[in-house]
Amino acid sequence: MPTIKLVDVTKVFGRIKSIDRVSLQIAEGEYVCVLGPTGAGKTTLLRLIAGLETATSGRIELDGHDVTNIRAEDRNASYVPQQYALFPHMTIRDNVAFGPLARGFTSQQSLETAGEMLKLVRLAHRATAFPHELSGGMQQRVALARGLAGRSPLLLLDEPLGAIDARLRVILRYELRKLAKGLGVTVIHVTHDQQEAMSIADRIAVLRDGAIQQFGRPSEIYGAPKSPFLANFVGGANFLEGVVVREARETTMIDIAEGFSITSSHDSHDMGDSVVASFRQEGTLILTNASLEENVVPGRLVSTSFLGSYMRCVVNLGRVGEVVAKVPVHEALERKLPDRAGELVYVRADRNRIMIFDRPEKPLAVELEAF
Amino acid sequence: MSLSRRVVLFLDSISGSRNGRIAAYAIGVLFFLVIVFVPPVFGILLGGSKIFEMLSNPDLLNRGGSAIAASFAIAVTVSLMDLAAGLPMAWFIVRSRSGWASTIDTLANIPFIVPTVALGYSVLAFWGSSQGIGYLLGSQFLFSPGWQMIVLLHFAFSYPVIVRVMVGALQGYKEVYETAARTLGASAFTAVRTVSLPLLKPALVAGFLLAFARSLSETGATVMVAGVFENGPVFIQNARAAGQESPLLFVSLVLIVTSSLFFIAIRIFAPKMRLPISTVWPRLEKRLSSTSAMTSRNLLVFLVFALFVIVPSLFVVLPGAGAVVDGTLQEAISAQGIWSNYWQSMGLSYLIALVATGLNVVAGLPMSVLIARKRGGRAISGILDTLINIPIVVPSIALGVSIGIFWGGATGISEFWLLVLAHASITYTYFVRSMIAAVESIPVEVEDVARTLGAKPLMIFRRLTIPLSKYALVAGAIMAFTRSIDETGATLAVAKNLTTAPVLMVNWVTGKVPASSHAIGLGLGILVLTSFASLLVLTIATRRT
Repeated sequence: MPTIKLVDVTKVFGRIKSIDRVSLQIAEGEYVCVLGPTGAGKTTLLRLIAGLETATSGRIELDGHDVTNIRAEDRNASYVPQQYALFPHMTIRDNVAFGPLARGFTSQQSLETAGEMLKLVRLAHRATAFPHELSGGMQQRVALARGLAGRSPLLLLDEPLGAIDARLRVILRYELRKLAKGLGVTVIHVTHDQQEAMSIADRIAVLRDGAIQQFGRPSEIYGAPKSPFLANFVGGANFLEGVVVREARETTMIDIAEGFSITSSHDSHDMGDSVVASFRQEGTLILTNASLEENVVPGRLVSTSFLGSYMRCVVNLGRVGEVVAKVPVHEALERKLPDRAGELVYVRADRNRIMIFDRPEKPLAVELEAF
Repeated sequence: MSLSRRVVLFLDSISGSRNGRIAAYAIGVLFFLVIVFVPPVFGILLGGSKIFEMLSNPDLLNRGGSAIAASFAIAVTVSLMDLAAGLPMAWFIVRSRSGWASTIDTLANIPFIVPTVALGYSVLAFWGSSQGIGYLLGSQFLFSPGWQMIVLLHFAFSYPVIVRVMVGALQGYKEVYETAARTLGASAFTAVRTVSLPLLKPALVAGFLLAFARSLSETGATVMVAGVFENGPVFIQNARAAGQESPLLFVSLVLIVTSSLFFIAIRIFAPKMRLPISTVWPRLEKRLSSTSAMTSRNLLVFLVFALFVIVPSLFVVLPGAGAVVDGTLQEAISAQGIWSNYWQSMGLSYLIALVATGLNVVAGLPMSVLIARKRGGRAISGILDTLINIPIVVPSIALGVSIGIFWGGATGISEFWLLVLAHASITYTYFVRSMIAAVESIPVEVEDVARTLGAKPLMIFRRLTIPLSKYALVAGAIMAFTRSIDETGATLAVAKNLTTAPVLMVNWVTGKVPASSHAIGLGLGILVLTSFASLLVLTIATRRT
């Protein structure tokens, strides 16, 4: 039985539709990330599930019970907001004991539970400290312990790692998942960081303009995005607009510009369709010599920059436009790839890796915007 | 499980129900409407046709009209003077790195601690007697009671209001805007004028309104220094003393209506009003920003502060000191003659203040949450937020007249309770406003989290809202309490047989009850000391909890 089920949930604030007919099911113990650009409605979705906002229409079920009109305090879904909202006048221990107390446990039982939870997040030694005495990472763990102490089976995390510096954030995200899996709680984790979502989620729901764009495993969303927006927002990609000019089994040929067409092994579209061909930046190859293979096109290097383990090369393909290739740094060095602007290179994309989308109604640039 | 815990859990669970919450808010709103708002504002209408009898008497009408006009003219003048002198002072207190800043900050509170009637006598003695300014500068510098002395008095007691509000606002103001303006080439003066002041406008308006309301409302001390001059409250008081009912009602009604309208107009138009910032005079403003200009400005501000605020406020000490030597103190301690009434009045004042403040705390808490968290919807909260200010904007003596008529019809309410109701009404705003600000400053997420952890509304209120707003709660209660101790206007209007301490002092000073200047000094001195002591006790008590 799914623990969370949303059916056509819509939330309207004044004239703004913040959540637009969202339906999804989340299974018990699942770790789900809600991923989306700023203003997509992620926090609102979380608050709807927590009971802090009431849906304008639609239904929310927890454990098979309709909770659409049940108040937050009676839902048993712990909410951890972005800045944690630790109670500033209480010690760490009292903060964590608050949930059990609120649910009617005696103060002794509550304090015992708090002690266990603090041990779990390795903060038992700071039990008598006040929130402002702890570092950001510690505060985050206290907020988690507090959310878990009431034995709530559902944890709703709003950008739980947003206030933590970049390096620690990467470590903490795995800890977060481990903790949740160890306790068997269901987690909905809101984030705008696609790497964070990809690395820890069982499934990702990508939200845009209040609507779910795709809900699936990270590999599904990366490997088979349903729209150019998804391909761009999750993973990043190159996009070329064109028209299908030849269509056969496992071969689609797309005219991009005069004298240049590319071939994909996907065959989802028909002759004459306006489409967008897309290939991942990390699947884009840079060649130094001309080649007679398909999908090779000459261009001029515009810029190169280091991104840690990748070299990011921007290449101008003339009328076709610009594409980006991410080449592993060691490979770029071994192959002595050119790195000066203006040098001639050849760009190649494998036919198996070229995805084809319907051309969106909006201009492509608008479709790809992630804010 | 102990009984008390069971009761708490039971109440918590009631608060989880819709009806429970509605009941709590309903009690708050009902108290506000029935006790605080309707009687003082609409009670006057029960006066019926008597109100308008005055219209047929052109002489009285003329006198009443100029009294009301004088009230507004004095209040506006004094508030503008306060802004001019108080703003640079607040700036000095917050920004100066000099060690004097905190001393001056404390000194600026003195007129707050000194009850207004004591201040009134002090001002009278300083500006109007041969022992005060006359002694220092020769007797030709004496002021006689009249409108000039009212302005001097009102300036002294409303000055700390502006300083307090502006210090609070400046402490919360990010200096970085000013720094940014300065790095873009603006002189200090230009930066403050075009960047800081517009951003601080809400505080400027709030401070202006508070000072304005205090000046418009003050009665007891004003009666002391007015002489034959009349502003609104003095006119009402004179009409009352002369038993002229129609002028009493009519002028009260006009004051209630005009001051409410004035307040609402400022609330509506002030946010739309813009300070002139599109023109800059770089050379002139640069000169005004120079060290010498700033130093002379500060010196001027200190001089005004010392001469017009501090010295007149503390001058009451002199006659008080005389009482210690000449045996008046002995009489007072043994409660002889006029002193037996004095101690009774003192007890009465404190009892009224205690009960009125207690009522306001209990009934004001749900109201504060209702307004701060917009529980009744944005519109209703906005309206209530405006209405709660009316009792401090309207002159308290007019409120008192109205309250007297409203409850006067209801038999069975003793004079004591009538006074409690009047004081509750007049001090309510001080408590609730302080609480609203505190509740608004608690992040909503704190309550959200508590709810998802299973806390019922009453538990959130007990465990989070109250502890997190404890200081505002105490500060608000203290403000309400001291305001009640200080109250003269409404008390004069409502009381028939009972006399509170400040009213008794007015009677002594105006000669209604013969008392020597040493006795007056001592009586007021004791009032100052006890109100200071009670403040101290409250502050210490709340620090421990």
